Amino acid sequence: MFKLLKHLKPYRAYIALVLALVFFQSLSELFLPNLMADIVDTGIVKGDISYILKVGGLMLLVALAGTICAVLAGYFASKVAMGFGRILRLKVFSQVESFSFPEFNKLQTSSLITRTTNDITQMQQLVMVMLRMMVSAPMMCIGGIIMAVNKDAKLSLIIVVIVPILMVAIYLLTKKSVPLFKALQVKLDRLNLVLREYLTGVRVIRAFNRVSYEEKRFQEANQDLTKTAVRVFQIMAALMPFMMLLLNLTTLVIIWFGGIRIDNGYMQVGDLMAFIQYIMQIMFSLLMFSMMFVMIPRASASATRINEVFDTAPSIVDSDVVKDDAGNRGRGQIEFNEVTFSYPGAEKPALKNISFMALPGKTTAIIGGTGSGKSSLLSLLMRFYDLASGSILIDGVDIREISQQSLRAKIGYVPQKPILFTGTIADNIRYGKEDATEAEIWQAAEIAQAREFIDSMEDGINSYIAQGGTNISGGQKQRLSMARALVRRPKIYAFDDSFSALDFKTDAKLRLALKQETLEATVLIIAQRVSTVMDADQIVVLDEGEIVGLGKHKELLHSCHVYREIVQSQLSGEELA
Amino acid sequence: MNQERDNKPARRPGRGPGMGPPMGRPVEKAKDFKNSFRRLLTYLKPYKVQLITVLILAIFSTVFSILAPKLMGKITTKLFEGIMKKRSGIPQAKVDFGYILNIIMILAGLYFCSALFSYWQHFIMAGVAQKTVYKLRNEINEKMARLPLKFFDTHTTGEILSRVTNDVDTISSTLQQSLTQLITAAVTLIGIVIMMLTISPLMTLICFIILPLSVLVTKFIAPRSQKYFAKQQESLGELNGHIEEMYTGHTIIKAFGQEHKAITEFNAINEKLYEASWKAHFMSGIMMPLMGLINNMGYVLICVVGGIFVTKKRITMGDVQAFIQYARQFTQPIVQTANIANILQSTVASAERVFELLDQDEEIQDRAITKTIASPNGNVKFENVKFSYKKEVPLIDNMNIEVQKGQTVAIVGPTGAGKTTLVNLLMRFYEIEAGKITIDGININDLQRSHLRSIFGMVLQDTWLFNGTIKDNIAYGKKGATFKEVVAAAKAAHADHFIRTFPDGYNTVLNEEATNISQGQKQLLTIARAILADPAILILDEATSSVDTRTEIFIQKAMTELMKGKTSFVIAHRLSTIRNADLILVMDNGSIIETGNHHDLLAKGGLYADLYNSQFAGSNMAG
Repeated sequence: MFKLLKHLKPYRAYIALVLALVFFQSLSELFLPNLMADIVDTGIVKGDISYILKVGGLMLLVALAGTICAVLAGYFASKVAMGFGRILRLKVFSQVESFSFPEFNKLQTSSLITRTTNDITQMQQLVMVMLRMMVSAPMMCIGGIIMAVNKDAKLSLIIVVIVPILMVAIYLLTKKSVPLFKALQVKLDRLNLVLREYLTGVRVIRAFNRVSYEEKRFQEANQDLTKTAVRVFQIMAALMPFMMLLLNLTTLVIIWFGGIRIDNGYMQVGDLMAFIQYIMQIMFSLLMFSMMFVMIPRASASATRINEVFDTAPSIVDSDVVKDDAGNRGRGQIEFNEVTFSYPGAEKPALKNISFMALPGKTTAIIGGTGSGKSSLLSLLMRFYDLASGSILIDGVDIREISQQSLRAKIGYVPQKPILFTGTIADNIRYGKEDATEAEIWQAAEIAQAREFIDSMEDGINSYIAQGGTNISGGQKQRLSMARALVRRPKIYAFDDSFSALDFKTDAKLRLALKQETLEATVLIIAQRVSTVMDADQIVVLDEGEIVGLGKHKELLHSCHVYREIVQSQLSGEELA
Repeated sequence: MNQERDNKPARRPGRGPGMGPPMGRPVEKAKDFKNSFRRLLTYLKPYKVQLITVLILAIFSTVFSILAPKLMGKITTKLFEGIMKKRSGIPQAKVDFGYILNIIMILAGLYFCSALFSYWQHFIMAGVAQKTVYKLRNEINEKMARLPLKFFDTHTTGEILSRVTNDVDTISSTLQQSLTQLITAAVTLIGIVIMMLTISPLMTLICFIILPLSVLVTKFIAPRSQKYFAKQQESLGELNGHIEEMYTGHTIIKAFGQEHKAITEFNAINEKLYEASWKAHFMSGIMMPLMGLINNMGYVLICVVGGIFVTKKRITMGDVQAFIQYARQFTQPIVQTANIANILQSTVASAERVFELLDQDEEIQDRAITKTIASPNGNVKFENVKFSYKKEVPLIDNMNIEVQKGQTVAIVGPTGAGKTTLVNLLMRFYEIEAGKITIDGININDLQRSHLRSIFGMVLQDTWLFNGTIKDNIAYGKKGATFKEVVAAAKAAHADHFIRTFPDGYNTVLNEEATNISQGQKQLLTIARAILADPAILILDEATSSVDTRTEIFIQKAMTELMKGKTSFVIAHRLSTIRNADLILVMDNGSIIETGNHHDLLAKGGLYADLYNSQFAGSNMAG
């Protein structure tokens, strides 16, 4: 956890300032009871009203100074804590953006989101509390002890007795309550799980007439939760009364022994009153300090998760010398050379000895069952992962020898699941080409068969797309995702099963328009539907990571049984003939 | 991705369990405070006795703790008097320790009682609060069973979950803590004022003069702090949205080389968030020291005035001490009450949301006298059926179809064109507006829903399995199914083999998202479930794109097995199924636009012919 605190470095001066300010604030607070004692012991005892007024004025000044210190400390502490969050967030986000896919798979998207949001907020909160409370608690505690000893060293021995009792009490309570709260959380999660299952499966549950069964499941979870909750809160009910009792009894003990010491002339009445206040301050700061121990485990779990992000180095980096200009005049010829690849941690390679060429002006289709390695092929071409062995060449240049940026600039990629971002339609299409003109956008939309529905929207290409593209249909999303790739006018098109969300009619129209557009380019299509790949110049048939067929539709029907099986499962015998 | 988002309880600016909202944060307001509050109170009615006990206990425990400073002051006075007498040289003058010990004993007794009563009251409240929310949760649960499907279709999982978790949680912690706090605060305030008045009306007046100052400070700071908190929340929402989008769309960012753009945008929002949040924290943090200052001002004034009074012999030393303690506690209940008022507001707002759920329209009750179909044949008839989800958008108008026992109906059309509509109508998840649907000549509205649904079996692409063993998941189709029957069903569904490859076989526990088995295997399990249930009519979802060829063949075989001799509605993708179907329903945008068999529809030259030609024409040429 403390490793992360090094990111506070730019705020060193501010932190020093906060510490100093909190120190002065604590001083002023400790000083007030002392002054009050003076009023009692000197002013009242002697009946000196002008002295009382003088010391009173001094008290006001001290209080004011303390407040000013507190406000200033608050100002700097807020800036430090929130600034810390800001720095950390940007660093984590930038780090994640530099990640390639192996890192993403390892850390998981949803977990990365939590690490960048909640976990950092947690750390930010910790710094805030540390600067405000954790710093002042020990100061108040130590200061209180010094002042108390100063007032009456012998009476201060009470501290030696009381503090350990308090600490043991705090320890026992946290020891008992932490597992209880954990148990409570488990029961609560269970209840949520049952409810979530009900909500997601409501159709099935009703179809199978299992409503009463589900009701019973919920009731049981609810009962279980309630039983635990009652117990937990009944135990916790003892916490505050017990603490208060301890504080109050301490006061009584002090008064008794203090009274004796006053009687013997070792102490004055005002001093006793101040002494009581010091002891209270000491005990409260100890309580405060114990709160810290509750907070630290949570924050340190967050810190560990954040550190994991920092400690994960992006696995794919550009080579030191990039030959970006090499092969720039090429037309996008792709060559897979004995490519073998396994996902990190996998036993079997996802792709084995893949060799084929995809030529400019030609369409290469890739077909195969789930898990046959189709999508991995495209991921490798985009260098989302690095190969285990073999090489991929574009226009004769190994893709590892050029920068990722310029490699990907050559490719127009359309993923299986269309992903759009918040913003206008134009913004989304411009993702493909930042400086695309409106005409270019419309043209891309036209080819992608998106013009019609964009036109029907009120603001045309300036229509707003909600997060996740929830305000347009799946087919529309797919067409925009297509337009985004088209607007780049790349040398290589890579379609990852991009036609499945379209209805057959649009699919056909779009393929026709695409053909015109991609005359010069190298086209790679991953598909499930035989009808999509049938017309390709070359079909690569994958099965369990290996090429089991390579050729045209007709040839493969005869030579490749895997291909024939796929075709059979989709077309009836009549059409096969 | 959508699914993921839906499952998360909605983020709402709220408080963690057991903590009050920090000062100056925006408060959520209830729409109809009075009625919702009253309704919430009715849940507490059964606990009248306990609540009255709590009230009495709270009053006693508070009164005891209020009496303490005054008594303690007496000790100080005695000490002070004794010392003063000694100083003035009166012979045999000494402090009266017997008297002091007496008072200390009384005080110790008071403290003990106060602590005991306070513990007792929290102890009772724990039971009351938890039992109340227990009842509330159960009511929600029962309500869930009676809600029409329409409700679940129009509300996200996250939204409903949030009401059962966050909102009920808020209610529970308010009952647990804030209610007793409110009583205690009120009693404390009254008690303190009385005690202060008995000591010195003039000094009490000083305290009251100080009071408007703290109101002024609150008035000044609270709206500003709320403004910044609202801004912070807004930026935080924006930032979270951006992060979620960028991370889930990482492929696209990388593929199009837009990392720098993502970071630039992030930085802009991050800056905004920083500006708003440091101001928000500063503003809300400033409240405490300023209140402290005002408190200290009162403290100093009381010290001074009290000191002068003592020298003038108008009050005793101990009274000043007691008064100081009272004055220090004086503002606390006021601030507390203000806080609780806010908590109460958001609690009632939470309760309102829960009540809203409880007040949703329910499914039409089954008729009092219902018919049963002893051994269903599976003749299904739609007569002049009219249906729409929204009144303004008619979907199905005057639909007439007739399906004989054992026939197969294929439903075709663009993706997601409305297969759910058909399920909804047949299983009576939704009510039709006009016409009737009959099974074996009996109107489905005359059947008990549970009976109607037992006639159907359903295997959909979006499989639903729950967190439990494979055995339990299959047995879900039939109450009291034996293990033998489960295995037989699994065998018929070609699932037995893969189940046995798991180390725990049929007792393998599927995890929460059922990610430990593949999509195709899930589908086989749901087929096994349908086989075990052995219904007369089937609703099936054919071929899926996410299943490998081998499994797909298994699924096909299992489905054919399942369909034997049964009336089946198949959401069809395979041409052979479509061509062999007795009836084809062509759906588009949720409504049925063409019906007939393959040849009729081709001849008609409508959408079906279009679809057919664009998908399969190529294969004809190739063939």
